[in-house]
Amino acid sequence: MENIIKDIQNRFEVSDIVNQRDNITFVTCEKEKTIALITHMKKNLGFKHFVLMTAVDWIEDGLFQLTYILNNPKKKLDVAIRTFISRENATMETAHKLWKQVSTYQRELKEMFGIDFPGSPRVNESFILEGWNDIPPYRRDFQTKEYAEKTYFPRPGRKTNDPSEYMKKNMS
Amino acid sequence: MTNENKNHDKFLHEENKIREVEAPDGSIIKVDPLNDYFLTDRPVVREPKNKVVEKFLNWARAESLWVLGFGTGCGSIEIPPLVTPRFDAYRFGVQMRPTPRQSNVFIISGYLAVKTLKRVIRTYEQMQGPKYVLALGSCTINGGMYWDSYNTINRLDHFIPVDVYVAGCMPRPEALLAGFAKLKERIKAGRAEGANEYAEKFDWYKANQKKIINDWNMPDYNW
Repeated sequence: MENIIKDIQNRFEVSDIVNQRDNITFVTCEKEKTIALITHMKKNLGFKHFVLMTAVDWIEDGLFQLTYILNNPKKKLDVAIRTFISRENATMETAHKLWKQVSTYQRELKEMFGIDFPGSPRVNESFILEGWNDIPPYRRDFQTKEYAEKTYFPRPGRKTNDPSEYMKKNMS
Repeated sequence: MTNENKNHDKFLHEENKIREVEAPDGSIIKVDPLNDYFLTDRPVVREPKNKVVEKFLNWARAESLWVLGFGTGCGSIEIPPLVTPRFDAYRFGVQMRPTPRQSNVFIISGYLAVKTLKRVIRTYEQMQGPKYVLALGSCTINGGMYWDSYNTINRLDHFIPVDVYVAGCMPRPEALLAGFAKLKERIKAGRAEGANEYAEKFDWYKANQKKIINDWNMPDYNW
């Protein structure tokens, strides 16, 4: 693992290296160099298996964090590559040419977070939400509860209790 | 929507667009799938026959429940034990069918996403009347644990008429059998008139359905 990290450190200026466990390491890379880094890891370092790709919405910083997790099946190692992209007009280079299944993740991220991946197959088709006409629902400024109450005919009579106070009242 | 701007509807599927096809004899035929391939008449209310005949028919209907094999949510996993030897619903006259045309009970098993709701409505409309709906789990009653979700409906009875609710999260097969017993009672008493209710309040149901389903790329009613 150390050799791999040293190798990609020399080539791609990765930062914030976190050894989560012996066999999984998180690194952060710049947006422009990420796809080159993933390509290098697949072609030269044996990270042949694409585990998953996900996004986190850092609304306070105005950033989306994309995480690609790659796996080396021979050495049984995982490396997760983080990259930060701007929340405004969020766009990222597509990685579907390395693994076909990446296009499905990218299609989901386009729908749920509104991150665009130009050139990815079928990226603009609806994935789970058919005919969605609001802001993407996984963005943190999307008010889920308000939307559900406005849209889905809530049945009246639902009561909500603060758990700590409710238990205090019932335990005494 | 008029025929001219139908093709510009971004939600309309490719196979439903107006197009020209070549017949075997070489002539060109214009096809409008939404009008040509579906019967789009509104549902009609079925008037009951005279009292004695209707009572006999209701008894017969109650003892022959054919369930559609359509699992919508987590509750569909309760159906296999229900029809296999442990709980054996067959001894109560409850059997499974693979297609909506051959079944008259629709078990909505659990939460309904909007995407599934669209399929559920189409399937319900394709079933033959008299048809009954058994709603399983608290998700169909008030949304259950998904009550504030962005993509699951809260109340099933706003979209299709429901005969019996089985509460629980999830109800076990015993509860489902109790639900079937209740449904039989209702049918025998002549109170399970879901198909007629759907025909009577058709506009209200359609308005609710269209409020949720934004990409309405199917006929209003099809059977």
